[in-house]
Amino acid sequence: MTLDRRTFLGTAAVATLAAPMVRAQGKPKVVVIGGGAGGATAARYIAKDSDGAIDVTLVEPTRKYYTCFFSNLYIGGFRDLASIGHTYGTLASDYGINVVHDWAVGVDRDAMTVTLTGGDTLPYDKLILSPGIDFVDGAVPGWDITAQNAMPHAYKAGSQSELLKAQVEAMPEGGLYAMVAPPNPYRCPPGPYERISMVAHVLKQTNPSAKILIVDPKQSFSKQALFEEGWQKHYGGMVERIGPDFGGANVSVNPDEMTVDIDGAVEKVDVCNVIPAMKAGRIAELAGVTDGNWAPVNASDMSTKADPDVYVLGDASAQGDMPKSGFSANSQAKVCANAVRGALTGSRVFPAKYANTCWSLIDENDGVKVGATYEATPDKIAKVDGFISQTGEDADLRKATYEESVGWYAGITADMFG
Amino acid sequence: MRRTGPGISLAAVVCFGQAAAAAEIGDAERGEALFEQCSGCHQVGPDAVNRIGPVLNNVFGRPAASVEGFRYSTAFERAGAKGLEWHIDTLSAFLENPKAIVPRSRMSFRGIADPQERADLIAYLRTFSASPRDIPEADPTAPPTDHDVDPEILAIPGDAEYGAYLSSECTTCHQAEGGDEGIPSIVYWPEEDFVVAMHAYKSKAREHPVMNMIAGRLNDEEIAALAAYFAAPED
Ligand SMILES: Cc1cc2nc3c(=O)[nH]c(=O)nc-3n(C[C@H](O)[C@H](O)[C@H](O)COP(=O)(O)OP(=O)(O)OC[C@H]3O[C@@H](n4cnc5c(N)ncnc54)[C@H](O)[C@@H]3O)c2cc1C
Ligand code: HEC
Ligand code: HEC
Repeated sequence: MTLDRRTFLGTAAVATLAAPMVRAQGKPKVVVIGGGAGGATAARYIAKDSDGAIDVTLVEPTRKYYTCFFSNLYIGGFRDLASIGHTYGTLASDYGINVVHDWAVGVDRDAMTVTLTGGDTLPYDKLILSPGIDFVDGAVPGWDITAQNAMPHAYKAGSQSELLKAQVEAMPEGGLYAMVAPPNPYRCPPGPYERISMVAHVLKQTNPSAKILIVDPKQSFSKQALFEEGWQKHYGGMVERIGPDFGGANVSVNPDEMTVDIDGAVEKVDVCNVIPAMKAGRIAELAGVTDGNWAPVNASDMSTKADPDVYVLGDASAQGDMPKSGFSANSQAKVCANAVRGALTGSRVFPAKYANTCWSLIDENDGVKVGATYEATPDKIAKVDGFISQTGEDADLRKATYEESVGWYAGITADMFG
Repeated sequence: MRRTGPGISLAAVVCFGQAAAAAEIGDAERGEALFEQCSGCHQVGPDAVNRIGPVLNNVFGRPAASVEGFRYSTAFERAGAKGLEWHIDTLSAFLENPKAIVPRSRMSFRGIADPQERADLIAYLRTFSASPRDIPEADPTAPPTDHDVDPEILAIPGDAEYGAYLSSECTTCHQAEGGDEGIPSIVYWPEEDFVVAMHAYKSKAREHPVMNMIAGRLNDEEIAALAAYFAAPED
């Protein structure tokens, strides 16, 4: 039956050795790689809305997913780590998703199978990749992934966030925290600057003579006016930023010596938060759906330009105007889920609609936000309309904005994990 | 996962006792003015019907979550089943901090800190209770829901299946199960209230940058579809 339908879909002839045992049930199969903002949402929506008509397998190595969103608030002391950790139990028990805790190490697009570390293969009719990001090798000379304990990135949440928080708390009096900020495009445009705000919040209380240095290859950054106003107001004099005009793009580090070389000037630092340039999670490249660092997708349904049966969501995709955020990944997942379900079961497919809002916390009860709506055009996801918090807003509005972000966190994590 | 068991905790019961001390009979006239905070969701009086919240006639002495035909949250139903009853003390505690008394209730209302104001409101609610002494002299009129949404727009039948798809944009922020911390609950609203609220955002009569943007690109049919879906999301 699956064979007939596939022939009908006009896809490549099926290698019969591809796990016929599992296919024997005849239900269409969706495999989702990556149980984060994009993948967990897509798996949940497909399973929920198809009422058992589609077999959904979610491949995710970790048993507990720590959200990057609100991991800065954890560093700032506004959240504990447990509150940003989520498990996959409900997705398995209430939605019937087959959750496999393993790494996907290969994709055979002709055979339409995914290989796991253990050598098992999973057949698919539709494959959804939402693997997040990896770092570009050699992006910051002197740093590679083996240096992540000396100089954490904390750009994947969990133990890295814990490490960075501990290092900030252990800084000597009057010490120096340096951040090497990433070039565009990267996950969560305001993320590094919210991080700076949270580190400053901690230092202001525990180590007020400490300093923060941002070495930044970018001319400008997300919500810049709002952050700079906030840093001045709450942390006057603590934060300094070196942009590209002053050598911010010409930086290397030495993790053994704990030094940062900025355009030839060597600084000794106490904490060095290196956030290197990013690219799509490696499995996207292994699947052969990337072009350069990212995977180009069609705006109408998030299918890849390379293969109509393979979809890429979230940070790993090159889709157009949407920022790489958890909100965006979640929004894209729902459009994709609707399209995949339609293709496999004939259910109604509605036009793509996308949105994003990113909140950032500058200091206690001082929240700001930026957001936009997007539509699918033939060549990309294009911005329609947007808004951003204003400088000089009153304290009540900022507090309400922060409270909204708490509501959003509860909403999106329920939307991902059920 | 983060779902904490709803219901009445011991702490809440203790808190009733304290609230009772402050809850003398208040001034019903002042209470009437204060009821404006409630009238967006609740109606009272002979013509009252269930809106976003249940009718508040005859609350005294009856168990929580017992108005016929109103779809309460599971949290509220559980609280009622466990024995929460409406009296001056319990109402006062509930109105002081609804979420403390019924965690995960769908009532999006922050609470009233001032004990006098709570007492005044309760006195006003008493005038709608059947105990003979409290029957009002004149029929109170339920506050009309004032809006300028064209009746033709209100009459558009909503495509609930399309609404279900569109709702996925909303549930990134508004929890599908109706919890509300920082962002209000929008489930089980009467369709008309929902349509009116969305058009108020669309026209910017009600200002909020996120909702103005979201509603701004929804057309009349899409708003009707969303209203139809959110009126009964589990069906
Ligand atoms: C500090 C910080 C703050 C942020 N704040 C916000 C915010 O406030 N709001 C917001 O919207 N966004 C925020 N973000 C961005 C957000 O976290 C990401 O954009 C979002 O997680 C992207 O979702 P995704 O599904 O693409 O990837 P992820 O959520 O990273 O999920 C990818 C998953 O794939 C798994 N995976 C990877 N490779 C494989 C493989 N080969 N096999 C199996 N599984 C694999 C990983 O284990 C991971 O769980 C923030 C990010 C950071 C770093
Ligand atoms: C935003 C809408 C909203 C506002 C404003 C609101 N309520 Fe409610 N109220 C509700 C909802 C919804 C419920 C049912 C709760 C549930 O099911 O979780 C409720 C329940 C109640 C109940 C319990 C009724 C029962 O049948 O058990 C009382 C009493 C009550 N509200 C009083 C008030 C008062 C007094 C005010 C004004 C101070 C007010 N509410 C403001 C929506 C609202
Ligand atoms: C980015 C987060 C976000 C998204 C997405 C969102 N909302 Fe909202 N919504 C809010 C916030 C915040 C408020 C409170 C606004 C205010 O104070 O007026 C709100 C208020 C509302 C209200 C009024 C609630 C009340 O108690 O009066 C309705 C109705 C509503 N939203 C419907 C929707 C619908 C329908 C969608 C999807 C099409 C949606 N929202 C998407 C954040 C969001």
